[in-house]
Amino acid sequence: MTKLLEWIFGVSLVVAVWALVTFDLLDLSLPQPYREVAWPMPLYLLVSFGCYSLATVGYRVATFNDCEEAAKELQEQIKEAREDLRKKGLKM
Amino acid sequence: MASRKSSHPNRDRVDKYSVLLPTYNERENLPLIVWLLVKYFGESGYNYEVIVIDDGSPDGTLEVAEQLQKIYGEDKILLRPRAKKLGLGTAYIHGMRHATGNFIIIMDADLSHHVSVVYFVVKQKEANYDLVSGTRYRGNGGVYGWDLRRKLISRGANYLTQVLLRPGATDLTGSFRLYKKKVLESLVEHCVSKGYVFQMEMIVRARQLNYTVGEVPISFVDRVYGESKLGGNEIVSFVKGLLTLFATT
Repeated sequence: MTKLLEWIFGVSLVVAVWALVTFDLLDLSLPQPYREVAWPMPLYLLVSFGCYSLATVGYRVATFNDCEEAAKELQEQIKEAREDLRKKGLKM
Repeated sequence: MASRKSSHPNRDRVDKYSVLLPTYNERENLPLIVWLLVKYFGESGYNYEVIVIDDGSPDGTLEVAEQLQKIYGEDKILLRPRAKKLGLGTAYIHGMRHATGNFIIIMDADLSHHVSVVYFVVKQKEANYDLVSGTRYRGNGGVYGWDLRRKLISRGANYLTQVLLRPGATDLTGSFRLYKKKVLESLVEHCVSKGYVFQMEMIVRARQLNYTVGEVPISFVDRVYGESKLGGNEIVSFVKGLLTLFATT
C-alpha cells in the first residue's frame, strides 16, 4: 500500500469515527458530553499538529550543527593536498 | 612464503570498497577529493578503488583524472568517462559495471562532504548493514556556511519528508552513502525517479525491501569552489518529487 493510500485510509477511518460520534449516525444515544467533545476534535487535532510541527522544526533549526571544525580541517587538508599533489607532478 | 593465519578466520574474501565519483566540471575539486580518499583509505588499510565517471566535462576534468591515474596507479584510479551529461542514476549503473569491490560508496566530488569515509566502513561492519547513509541531522553531523533561510528550508523540507514518507532515515536528500554492491544493484533496478529524488527514492525503497539502514553523521561544508543554489525552482521540484514518492511508494 502506498503512503498516500495509507493516509487516505487512516483519515477516512478517523472521519468515520468522528462523524459516527458527533452526528450519532448509529443511534447509539451517547451521552451529550461525548458528542460535545468529539465535535471540535478534528480542528483541535489539526491545530495541535500544526503547533507541534512549528515547535519541532524551530527546535531543529536552532540546534542545527555548524561544523566550524570540519570546515577548518577541510581547508587545511586542501592546502596539504595541493602541496603534495604538486610534488607528485600534478599540473593544476 | 609460509601461510599466514588471518586475524579474521571466517573471511575468505577481502572486502573492497569502490568509490564512485560522477563528475561534471570538477577540475579543481577532483584532485583534492582523490587525495583525501587515498589518504584516508590508505591509513585505514582497507582495500579500495576510485572510479571517476566524467560526463564529458568541458573544463578538462578527465585530463586531470588521467594525471591522477598516473600518480596513484591504474588499479586505484579507474576512469570510466561518458560522452555527455547523462544523469546520476545511469552514472551509478555505469560505475557499478566496472566496480570490482563488493561495497559501493557514492559521494559528491565537489568537496561538500568532509571525507569521513572510513566511518561509513566501520559503521557498516557494526551490524552488517545493507546500506549506510550519511546524515546532517543527527549526532555531530551538520552544515557549514548555511544562513538561517537555508537551514529553515532544509529542516522544514526534511520534516515534511518524515511526516509523509516515514522513511526510517533522518536524511533523505544526502548523497554520501555506502551500499553493498548487490543491494545497490537491486535498488537501482527498482527506482524510477531522476536526480536527487532518485536518492530519496533509494532509501524509501530500501526500507520497503527490508534492507537494513545504518546512519553516520556527516559534515556538509558548503561548496569550496563555486556556488550552491537553493531557489524557488529547487523547492518546487523537491515538493513535486516528494509528492510523487508519497503517491507511488
